Amino acid sequence: MAYVFGVMITISFIYAVFSGNIEQMSTGIPEAAGSAIELLISISGMLIMWSGFMRIAKDCGLIEKLSKLFSPLLRRLYPDVAVDSDAFRYISMNISANLLGLGNAATPLGIKAMGELKKHSLDDTATDSMVTFVLMNTASMQLIPTTVAALRKSYGSAQPFDVLLCVWITSAAALTAALVSSHLIRRLRWKRSSRSSLPRCVSTDYSSA
Amino acid sequence: MNIFDSFIEGAKEGFATVKFVAPTMIALLVAVGTLRASGALDALAGLIRPLAEKVGFPAEMVPMGLLRPVSGSGATALLTGIYENNGPDSFVGRCASVVAGSTETTFYAVSMYYGAAGITKIRHTLFSALLADFTAIVISVVTVGLLMS
Repeated sequence: MAYVFGVMITISFIYAVFSGNIEQMSTGIPEAAGSAIELLISISGMLIMWSGFMRIAKDCGLIEKLSKLFSPLLRRLYPDVAVDSDAFRYISMNISANLLGLGNAATPLGIKAMGELKKHSLDDTATDSMVTFVLMNTASMQLIPTTVAALRKSYGSAQPFDVLLCVWITSAAALTAALVSSHLIRRLRWKRSSRSSLPRCVSTDYSSA
Repeated sequence: MNIFDSFIEGAKEGFATVKFVAPTMIALLVAVGTLRASGALDALAGLIRPLAEKVGFPAEMVPMGLLRPVSGSGATALLTGIYENNGPDSFVGRCASVVAGSTETTFYAVSMYYGAAGITKIRHTLFSALLADFTAIVISVVTVGLLMS
């Protein structure tokens, strides 16, 4: 994050000096800070309200039920994680929370899931299940994009949710690209390494968990 | 179970999130504002733009695609910029909304989850994750173009 911030500011200053935009930039900076606060205020109401409703969904056991719903699919994605292990439970709860847009709930569950997966890894190399899990978290799987809808509404959109179908199709395509490419790379490396020496991508047995 | 208490608990979390992201968001929105006001982002996007236009890709989506995996709040700043200039119901406004709703801040998620587990060798995770982001940018334009206009 520090790197991103530093690079952006440095590039801006260097570019502004060379292109003569320094005056334009100096008026732009305080304007950006002001609009940041305006933006925060305009989205916080809807954000807080949704967090409240999603918490009700969690407390009445909806997330737990969703986890059970997904277990047949997740079993295929994580073949080396036992269904009755803590790792599997945390993975499915993280995915359910992500689908409901409960980022706050999803993140701690995801960290717990990674901790469980780490218990059965050999060293500091990511296992296949870890890669799959992180990929599922970098591709957004949120069913209702509440933040985007809140922003669109505050900028006067007639129907903030009219992009919902496009969001679902795009999410599915992105997740597929991530998982399929990961699978292909894994097979390619496995083939190559099995020809030369020992397989590099050791799959780990989680059945004892 | 008391649904009012549950709501209040969740709302507290939501409020905490707002408070937690505020300083970061201001910092990054200022950085993005600086980048845009200096003209540097336009210059970079200008390099890619002719290529994008050749394949019928909206030019405003180029900076969005560059920033989305790196900075969530930065992408939000670009998103609101597009809403302000083109409107949330315009073609570009919709494409940008779809990208924002179907991607995550890749670098943040990768560093957080692997960092929490003490994993340093992440193999092909970043490649596959960025491929997913690229797919999202392309498919957003395709779906909005086919389904919404």
